[in-house]
Amino acid sequence: MSRDIVIFGRYWPSTTFSSIVQPTIYLLAFGLGIGSLVSHVNHVDYVQYVATGVVATAVLFASAFPGMFNTFVRWQFQRTYDAMLATPLDVEELITAETLWISLRAGVYGMAPLLVGIAFGLSPSWGMLLVPFIGFITGFGFASFGVVIAAVAKTIDNFNYVTSAVLTPMFLVAGTFFPISTFPPLLHLIAELNPLYHCVQLVRDAVLGPLGVADIGHLAVLLGWALLMWRLAIVLLGRRLID
Amino acid sequence: MTDSAISLRGAVKRFGDITAVDGLDLEVPTGICFGLLGPNGAGKSTTMRLLTAQALADAGEIEVLGHSLPGESKQARMAMGVVPQLDNLDVELTCRQILTVFARLYRVPSAGRPAAVQRALEIANLVPRADTIVRELSGGMRRRLLVARGLIHNPRLVLLDEPTVGLDPQVRQELWSLIDTLRSSGVTVLMSTHYIEEAERLADIVAVMSFGRVIAQGSPAELVLAHAGREVLEVYGPPPELARIDELATERGWSHRRSGPAVAILHAESLNGEARNGESLTDELPSGVTRPANLEDAFVALTGELIE
Repeated sequence: MSRDIVIFGRYWPSTTFSSIVQPTIYLLAFGLGIGSLVSHVNHVDYVQYVATGVVATAVLFASAFPGMFNTFVRWQFQRTYDAMLATPLDVEELITAETLWISLRAGVYGMAPLLVGIAFGLSPSWGMLLVPFIGFITGFGFASFGVVIAAVAKTIDNFNYVTSAVLTPMFLVAGTFFPISTFPPLLHLIAELNPLYHCVQLVRDAVLGPLGVADIGHLAVLLGWALLMWRLAIVLLGRRLID
Repeated sequence: MTDSAISLRGAVKRFGDITAVDGLDLEVPTGICFGLLGPNGAGKSTTMRLLTAQALADAGEIEVLGHSLPGESKQARMAMGVVPQLDNLDVELTCRQILTVFARLYRVPSAGRPAAVQRALEIANLVPRADTIVRELSGGMRRRLLVARGLIHNPRLVLLDEPTVGLDPQVRQELWSLIDTLRSSGVTVLMSTHYIEEAERLADIVAVMSFGRVIAQGSPAELVLAHAGREVLEVYGPPPELARIDELATERGWSHRRSGPAVAILHAESLNGEARNGESLTDELPSGVTRPANLEDAFVALTGELIE
């Protein structure tokens, strides 16, 4: 991870820029665009609804993409992982350090939509302080998911399938911009299986209040997802790193 | 129980249908430079990966510095340095940053890291380039940095996988003297190479590998004497003539090989004996050039000329 921090020292301007600008664009486009048609969703002001929802999008983008691309590039192109595994480091430590670092970043970047939201009328609340932790847990799951994808991908172009077939639907069908309660039953069920949906709900309850029993369930899903993906990432990438 | 730095007994490594390492037995004594010589695909790199537990053997026992693999691979890796065949440096970082990160990975205590980095930079002659980004280094400097990276923690054993492949002669000389310095300071060096000259100059003991096992082992001089004799007679001629000499040598049971535009007949010193015994070699063989046998002759005699 120390190596990542050094690398990040060189790249933080571009990484941070995209992490902040992307959710801002969603926020402006949806918040102001649709917000002019819809004023409230479930008794929540639409700008507040979107600002809290986009946190999950920001976390997803800040974790799944680095999980996929950084892993693939460092493993296949730069062969950095080969070099690192010749040291006392083992696969589990390597993958855990990489995903920890990505998810720490994702937790911080998850705050960006809230800050932008505040500028557009979201009222600050103590619950916002929980957001980096929610972002961290969610980010850990999605960073590990990215590593899993990198481990099974044959070429870097394979990521396009995942981006369009998995990640895009995931962030759209997560209650980010519109509630999933309007979906037909089957789609509703699928949305409930989406870990990102649970991130959205948890963030919304933390920021807008109140936190309830259901949030323990949301947290449990996020933790379970993170744990499952983390172990899967170690097994699958481990199989390809060690002959 | 052995004082070997490295010991492999019956190591087997398969990749699907291909058996890269096929019952390999190898003992590398402590404190010497050991050369692993073999054609491409002989299993040298796989052997190297077995020693760092980056490949796990399907059968056999492997011990590195007294640690049995793969169970104690972390302890083994902590005491050994690896210089890979392929450049796997982080091109975005400076020399100093890379060395600092690896000092950490090799668990050099944080107080000793700056000194370790400085020492590695000095060994590799990279002090003036310490803060240059890797991308801006020349190929030779990058290779030296790879060596420095493998030495950052003062290892007792260094694995060099094809250390000079693709380098120009000056850089190669430089690396050779570096390897020699290491060996003189008591570090055990295991070097794989397919450059015969490299093995001949640097290695105290050479093991010739072919199809995943060791087929001959000894000092370069012993190998040459045993498999190519003292002298080699090189006979030049147009292709049809060479074909005829080839045939003649086969018929007489002389160890020989095609060597570019010539046929090289090994163990030429014993040929003279035959000639003295009344055989008219001069009729059958056009005049050739006699030269001392070298490791390349022995290598080709051992591994065959066929390229897969």
